Amino acid sequence: METINLSRRHFFKVAAAVAGSLTLGVYWTASHAETAPQKPAGPGEAGSPELKQGLADPQAFIRIDPDSTVHVIVKHMEMGQGSHTGIATLIADEMDADWAQIRAENSPADASRYGNMAFGGMQGTGGSTSMANSYLQMRQAGAAAKFMLVGAAATLWNLPANEITVKAGIVSHPSGKTAKFGELAEAAQKQPVPSIEQLKLKTPEQFIYIGKPALQRVDIMGKVNGTAQFTQDVQLPDMLTAVVAHAPLFGASLASVDDTAAKAIKGVKAVVSLPNAVAVLASDFWSAKQGRDALKITWDESKAYKANSADQLASYQKMAETAGKETTKIGNPAEALASAATLVKANYSFPYLAHAAMEPLNCVVHITDKGCELWYGAQLQTIDQAKVSELLKIEPAQVNIHTLYAGGSFGRRGNPMSDYVLEAVKIAKASNLSVPIKMVWTREDDMRAGHYRPMFFHSLQAGLDKDKQLIAWQQRLVGQSIMAGTPMAMMITDGYDPVSVEGAGEPYAIPNKLVELHTPEDIPVPVQWWRSVGHTHTAYATECFMDEMAKAAGKDPVEFRRGLLKDSPRHLAVLNLAAEKAGWGSELPKGKGRGIAVVESFNSYVAEVAEVTVKEDGSFTVDKVVLAVDCGLAVNPSMVEAQMVGGVGFALSAALGEKITLKNGQVEQSNFHDYTPLRIGQMPVVEVHIVPSQENPSGVGEPGVPPLAPAVANALFAATGKRRYELPLGTKA
Amino acid sequence: MKLMINGQERELDLAPDMPLLWALRDHAHLTGTKFGCGMAQCGACTVHIDGQAARACVTPVASVEGKAITTIEGASKDSKITQALQAAWLANNVPQCGYCQSGQIMSATALLTQKPQATDEEINSFMSGNICRCATYQSIKTAIKQAAASLA
Ligand code: FES
Ligand code: FES
Repeated sequence: METINLSRRHFFKVAAAVAGSLTLGVYWTASHAETAPQKPAGPGEAGSPELKQGLADPQAFIRIDPDSTVHVIVKHMEMGQGSHTGIATLIADEMDADWAQIRAENSPADASRYGNMAFGGMQGTGGSTSMANSYLQMRQAGAAAKFMLVGAAATLWNLPANEITVKAGIVSHPSGKTAKFGELAEAAQKQPVPSIEQLKLKTPEQFIYIGKPALQRVDIMGKVNGTAQFTQDVQLPDMLTAVVAHAPLFGASLASVDDTAAKAIKGVKAVVSLPNAVAVLASDFWSAKQGRDALKITWDESKAYKANSADQLASYQKMAETAGKETTKIGNPAEALASAATLVKANYSFPYLAHAAMEPLNCVVHITDKGCELWYGAQLQTIDQAKVSELLKIEPAQVNIHTLYAGGSFGRRGNPMSDYVLEAVKIAKASNLSVPIKMVWTREDDMRAGHYRPMFFHSLQAGLDKDKQLIAWQQRLVGQSIMAGTPMAMMITDGYDPVSVEGAGEPYAIPNKLVELHTPEDIPVPVQWWRSVGHTHTAYATECFMDEMAKAAGKDPVEFRRGLLKDSPRHLAVLNLAAEKAGWGSELPKGKGRGIAVVESFNSYVAEVAEVTVKEDGSFTVDKVVLAVDCGLAVNPSMVEAQMVGGVGFALSAALGEKITLKNGQVEQSNFHDYTPLRIGQMPVVEVHIVPSQENPSGVGEPGVPPLAPAVANALFAATGKRRYELPLGTKA
Repeated sequence: MKLMINGQERELDLAPDMPLLWALRDHAHLTGTKFGCGMAQCGACTVHIDGQAARACVTPVASVEGKAITTIEGASKDSKITQALQAAWLANNVPQCGYCQSGQIMSATALLTQKPQATDEEINSFMSGNICRCATYQSIKTAIKQAAASLA
């Protein structure tokens, strides 16, 4: 999902559609108040009355109220990464709006207008593509809106349009005439929509918001006073809450259920059986959960997966002893390895990881005679619409998705099989009740439902010649495919899943290189993308082993990398910047160590230098991380910084203490006491340096993650002389 | 059962063992207090009981009858400390997904109530019960210190 292929033809097609569909509407009047949901919704919240009216005439990314509020309709879900603010920035800048008049709201689900150009037009958020695929499109929308507002003023005032200017939301003419956007909106709507050729996008020197520091996030108010609406907070008339008992093993199914005790609990309204789950529906969460816990269920485990993680890893290790599917081959690696003066070998292993977003998975569904209404933090709307419509035998357009804020996702809410969405819809369907149903997973349900970052095993060998030059690199990977068997399987083109190996051995100029992949297909543990996907393991193996090769060559790790990055100027630039800012090479007191790693992911380049302290008792702390990022033009530098700092914290969390393990097929972890996220005292000081750039913006949500773990492991080596081949690192050096 | 929530007496039909979290969310319709773990591990459900920070997910309603319960909704309106923290949260663009932030602000309010000039170590230890999966910790620390300074 990381490649963005905007061919020229595709771009103009989409761009034309944008301009053609831009409308400035003044839709919200008092008479529509009855469409308001029960709970008053604030700015930026889907389900607000404005949005409902927007649906009646939804040809828009921008809507202007009579009071001059500018609503930016965002096609990308907000899960914390700042998409609402980022996209609003583009529009506000080209419109010359005042930032205070800008609000953001989620678009409806409709790929024809709100498709992600990086996903071939499918609507969805992920792969750190929101800004990259919106950068031009949203600026054009903003410029078109301004063009039409100016046109309206020109007509109204009977003055030439080219003498009219816009500044901070005020349209004015030197004669002294001025108007606010709201006063012109209705007239602007009747103006002809400009063609692409008529639009004059700003040059970077003209930007007023893009690239400027610290705009306030558009979603911030509700997130500091508790009014922001997440799925968990949806309340609808007659709504029931569903709590689900899932099969305890992957591949197990329901044999029988005795729900007598559950039904006796006050508030419980219904019990619904699915092939591999039983749901209890009640008037509130607590009753539903008590009902769920009172179910007496017999599971059929005859087809269940009953492995232990250690055995699974051992089988991966065995597979890695033989050649796998070739995914990269340069030169003659076998010969070069055989001729090497120094040969180094290492194996790395990576556990399953849960996303464990703060908001456990949930989804609100209401099946009506018109179709299906859904409220949730929707990340892949088009796929979810297709899957739900297939299940209910209705048209995809009848699946009406109200996208809400997600309380984190890290990839999980964009499930290519629509797992949690379909479960909610199946429960609603099987219940035969015509009321809205909020399915709520507990933390334990969320932790044990699978769709993990796959377990991986890497086996590496590399060789130096007698002059200590790196002449050969061989990397064999073993791990399940994320794409196989999903609607994303079309991305498997050369017989292997590209995200399994993305980044392995890259981008170093090594004359003989071989990357091979084994993809076990008989493991029913569901796997999924997890913030930075394949790079979560390939970066660790590559960057740790590169450090090991530097040592073998007797070179400084930064110096050694520089020699292999001559053709990768953007890697080199962030490597040098991070090293310089971190004082690379300067003395450190005993017990401290510094480590570095550099990784490109999602078309952005990040280098990180970690500094660690190892204490007498062997425990260690990560004190500081200095990070350099080149993400093209940084549209919101403060948002870029927040994503980098957050990425470091998220990655460190996994590197130190996260793993999902199976015992006789049962997931051993269940909640935050045994799946242990980073806490405030473990957070290092993170310093972010952004490389100035006029390149098109690339991703920032994920690229801060991959370099962290190898930088920390390399720092631990510097402090202790001990290499770390297994994640998580734990608390001891 | 009668509960005193944000200075108002609320008559709610609740089982005595129901955790306060669900009474607040599903019965009093105050959804600012979040569900994250249900076992006092994450702090997303932090409220104040008679001014002390408490995890609503493990607090049976029967145990808080007659006590003053304050949620993010009430503190936003009535607490100078909460408001100072919110201003600092805005100034530092603290939230990302935002789901943990009600709990963070409620914990930080309790912290500054007890320790108006909390040190880094005191912040780390008092706030250690509040997980942020988006890892906004660095700006949380900055914002707490800024709020403390503004209140001094
Ligand atoms: S929900 Fe109460 S501490 Fe997590
Ligand atoms: S802001 Fe997302 S969990 Fe804290």
